[in-house]
Amino acid sequence: MVVIKMTASDVARKVIENKELFILDVRNKDAFHDWKIEGHSFDYLNIPYFDLLDGVDEILPKLPTDKDILVVCAKEGSSLMVAEMVSEAGRDVFYLEGGMKSWSSYLEPIKVGHLTGGGELYQFVRLGKGCLSYMVISEGEAAIIDAVRFTDVFTNFAKEKHVEIKHVFDTHLHADHISGGRHIAEATGATYYLPSKDAEEVVFNYTPLEDGLTVEIGASQLEVGALYSPGHTIGSTSFIVDSRYLLTGDILFIDSIGRPDLAGLADDWVGDLRETLYHRYRELAEDLIVLPAHFMMIDELNEDGTVAKRLGDLFADNHGLNIEREEEFRHTVTDHLPQQPNAYEQIRQVNMGKILPENDEQTEMEIGPNRCAVR
Amino acid sequence: MSIKADVQLDAKGLACPMPIVKTKKAMSNLADGQILEVQATDKGSLADLKAWSESVGHQYIGTVVENDVLLHYIRKSSNEEIEDITFKHTISNEELFDRASKGGTILDVREEAEYAFGHIEGSKSIPLGELEDRLDELDKDQEILVICRTGTRSDLAAQKLAEKGFTRVVNVLPGLSSWKGDLSKKI
Repeated sequence: MVVIKMTASDVARKVIENKELFILDVRNKDAFHDWKIEGHSFDYLNIPYFDLLDGVDEILPKLPTDKDILVVCAKEGSSLMVAEMVSEAGRDVFYLEGGMKSWSSYLEPIKVGHLTGGGELYQFVRLGKGCLSYMVISEGEAAIIDAVRFTDVFTNFAKEKHVEIKHVFDTHLHADHISGGRHIAEATGATYYLPSKDAEEVVFNYTPLEDGLTVEIGASQLEVGALYSPGHTIGSTSFIVDSRYLLTGDILFIDSIGRPDLAGLADDWVGDLRETLYHRYRELAEDLIVLPAHFMMIDELNEDGTVAKRLGDLFADNHGLNIEREEEFRHTVTDHLPQQPNAYEQIRQVNMGKILPENDEQTEMEIGPNRCAVR
Repeated sequence: MSIKADVQLDAKGLACPMPIVKTKKAMSNLADGQILEVQATDKGSLADLKAWSESVGHQYIGTVVENDVLLHYIRKSSNEEIEDITFKHTISNEELFDRASKGGTILDVREEAEYAFGHIEGSKSIPLGELEDRLDELDKDQEILVICRTGTRSDLAAQKLAEKGFTRVVNVLPGLSSWKGDLSKKI
């Protein structure tokens, strides 16, 4: 029987289209429990490849005959070996090209909606890591918000759309993934903005992102406006795009809220987080569509694969926005902080420009889930 | 310093799954109790070798990094571990420091590599296989407190010492696998 290659892009379509898939994950058990490919209708079997060196006979009865079987490992080699063994035993089987490494870096661009004057807003969904980046397009120009480090994806997308990247923003100094913002700006001549309160230690030039700053994309009235909204970091800034969308960065997610501790200052910043979520955001129009910089669970995806929800609905449904007593809020946010993301200190250093690791090292740093939220 | 191994396996430049595939093959050619050094450049080999050793019952000893090369040390699981302890004079781990403070010598009879990755400060290392040739390093007038990982090799060592005329010998049980205190490294 045959061994067939499946790309990260193929898997992404299966996640978004809610297709069934049986994943035979041959990484070691710790790696699997820490982080795996999530899909609404995916089933899993985790057997490390090194337990299958003598043969796959014992797992054959556990492999379904009515679904595609995808063998997954860290980088591809082991999944290919196991896939070949399964195939020799008479079963058709897929392996994931590039393994979890490629899954972690794959971005699926999805259109969120139309904007004034024929503009468009795209969300780049990084399914493997839960990162969300944005591109606002209007009349030949583009702005990018919270770009991840795969800069080619954004610059190529801009080329396809025949737009020039003029503005590149980071809502805050990221600690869970490496930003591509500065490099995109360097490559395209765009202006790179970073909140100055997050940028005290950065070693490169940037344009300070201040509360109330507005930029126009294209010739028409399409505006991207900054709203200072601290709490995840002291500089965290949200954006309002075309009076319709609220880009919340790592402050507010669909099913959770931001954590204030990744710079080691949970107790100092929890008050800011409360102020932003319970006062600043309350003053905004409830019809704004919230677009966060992350999602934590596959359940947060809409049917079309986007991660977006009306602000008014979040005020009703998101637990983090419904904790009445300030003391209880403080406890919820600071007492139950999840495990910190992999290598978050190093990632902050990279985003400050203090260290410049090789591409492979950057991949290693970013392995695993993002863990930016508290529920 | 370099760590002593019985066999070296060069898996440098190989990507997963080859380091484990080669390790498995190399281990099958080792005698029980021997130590394999696996030289690898694939960073993933660390977690996988640890997990693999555990799943098949070999003893993962430790890893050092030298010039971007990972050196993993694994000891082949040994049937000796299930044999009975026969040497009569034994003390518990907890009694060890008290006895040592009264002038006893702590003798660690595990392999050098095991000693390197964690041993009791002040203990003396003579692997079981070298004991007979190195008896002159020990003082017959001192009490000798013999320890290993699980008590089996120290049992054999204690019998050997008694046979060779050492009269004050005790086996420390259950051994370093259950050691609660600090361990020193020599790497």
